[in-house]
Amino acid sequence: MPIVDFKGKNYAVDEDGFIDDFANWDEDWMIHVKAEEGIEELTDEHKKVVKILQDYYTKNGIAPMVRILSKITGYKLKYIYELFPSGPGKGACKMAGLPKPTGCV
Amino acid sequence: MADTPKPEKTARINHIPPLMKGWMDTPVEIKPGIYCYGAKPKNTKAVGMPYPKEWNPTDDDWQLPENWKDIIDEGLRDRRDKYRSMKLFMDICVRCGACADKCHFFIGSGDPKNMPVLRAELFRSVYRKKFTLGGKIFGKFAGARDLDEDVLKEWWYYLYQCTECRRCSIFCPYGIDTAEVTILGRELTNLVGLNIDWIAGPVANCNRTGNHLGIQPHAYIDMLDFFVDEIEDITGLRMEPDINRKGAEILFVTPSGDVFADPGTFTAMGYLMLFHYLKSLGLDITWSTYASEGGNFGFFTSHEMAKRLNAKMYSEAERLGVKWILGGECGHMWRVINQYMDTFNGPPDFMEEPVSPITGTKFKNANATKLVHIVEFTADLMKHNKLKLDKSRNDHLKVTFHDSCNTARAMGFLEEPRYVLNNVCNNFYEMPPNTIREQTFCCGSGSGLNAGENMEVRMRGGLPRANAVKYVHEKFGVNMLSCICAIDRAVLPNSMDYWVPGVDVCGLHELVANALVFEGEKKRTLDLRAEYLPGMEDEEDV
Repeated sequence: MPIVDFKGKNYAVDEDGFIDDFANWDEDWMIHVKAEEGIEELTDEHKKVVKILQDYYTKNGIAPMVRILSKITGYKLKYIYELFPSGPGKGACKMAGLPKPTGCV
Repeated sequence: MADTPKPEKTARINHIPPLMKGWMDTPVEIKPGIYCYGAKPKNTKAVGMPYPKEWNPTDDDWQLPENWKDIIDEGLRDRRDKYRSMKLFMDICVRCGACADKCHFFIGSGDPKNMPVLRAELFRSVYRKKFTLGGKIFGKFAGARDLDEDVLKEWWYYLYQCTECRRCSIFCPYGIDTAEVTILGRELTNLVGLNIDWIAGPVANCNRTGNHLGIQPHAYIDMLDFFVDEIEDITGLRMEPDINRKGAEILFVTPSGDVFADPGTFTAMGYLMLFHYLKSLGLDITWSTYASEGGNFGFFTSHEMAKRLNAKMYSEAERLGVKWILGGECGHMWRVINQYMDTFNGPPDFMEEPVSPITGTKFKNANATKLVHIVEFTADLMKHNKLKLDKSRNDHLKVTFHDSCNTARAMGFLEEPRYVLNNVCNNFYEMPPNTIREQTFCCGSGSGLNAGENMEVRMRGGLPRANAVKYVHEKFGVNMLSCICAIDRAVLPNSMDYWVPGVDVCGLHELVANALVFEGEKKRTLDLRAEYLPGMEDEEDV
């Protein structure tokens, strides 16, 4: 499994750079993903999306469906794409330390 | 993740086969964008798949077990003895090539090893060497070869570039089911620990929580609640779905993609609305958070895994005491049901012949499995005039229909979806005849190949279907591609964005629910996607 070395810390990641275990997530990880995703500045809006994703994941063991994320944040999908250019699944979930959803998705 | 080339580049396809250097002497090259990631040990371990390991298909060393050749040898022998179909399909092919240009992956890639005849030949050549006299004596001259690591890698690379759609089989004069060759080939790769994670992940989830996505019961209910709120916003009516209710007459089982991933979620809302509508007419139905998956990614690994994951449907039906099961809009779910389920986990003697409580129609065709397809159920309701429908609510859509490979070719389900469509929309246009019904083109991402890392091959495989959509898009202005499969709903939006921008994707029951006129509903200004209905754009009451 590849290792990302960032600010002196090691994160085990999968082939697409998703952290291997939510338990290993920390604030620095967000900064690493910010650079990787080409996000210019980490705003409160980014942090709000991340926080909501993590709360939902902690409660439900799965990322919320995009429509629920959109409803809770109050951000339209298009705006979430502006915040996270690779989208809610590949960008926002990655920053939040959540695994990729699999199956018929 | 590999970058996907632009459509203009992908569309430059060379179908001229290379000069006959001999395909056996052309070793496989594992290319990014084409292959899927290897299965993670946490997933393979979770269900006891053989030889769990961290592996990368682009590494030289695939960490095969020392005796891997013996394992494959025994696996091959075992399957040859068990499945007469395999022996037949191995022995009977005359390599006429009728199948060669029928495969969406060959059409979209030009890779000769994606011609079904040659893809099967990769496998058949080894079989020939092991089991036929001609192969043993004449070797290469008789099209026979030994199995070595390069051959195994070649198997793996091409077995996971076949979506088991069976379009090639309908053109085979001998009726060889090449999908079955792929299925058996994948079983052998599974025996030596060569799985892909996009299949192993959902399998592990399904084993743990009952569905591919790993949705736990409380989360499943949370998702249905969300839909109930959304429907209330649109109709002013509150749906009251039953969940895990013992004593219900019917159990409803649908792919988990429908409750999680767009645009399948709109289809899920459609189911909820239809069931609510029918409640007062006598429908007594329950959802289940355990039998919460119609699909079966185990089927893409081995028959044993398919059987194991399939078991929950009957088990839950028995626990709840239902009379029969209604199944949602899914593709491979129905192949597993029609072809395997009653011998996998049946016969389900504890259930009864499925009868529609609203029309009294007996679904004799579903007697063996007790599973009725929801589109058939709905078509029957329409035939008996049980639904009040306002087609004009779908007037903003020009719709075409993509037959899902498995419902079309594995169950002959051709008329019912069209009957439903004609009842709920005014603008329905068929794609060209050689691309629909039993000759339908695959979405390009079925059989567990709908991952992200193999996007190039998905787009290549999706080209023939997209090309047919493009035709009706340009000729009739089609802007909605309807289908009855959750993988279709997940992957066709990608392929439409790539090849035919401007065409959206939906399930049939989304359109049904758009048209369904409820007693006491508020004036509908929005469709299920919360977009304005035709002529309602100026309404402020939203």
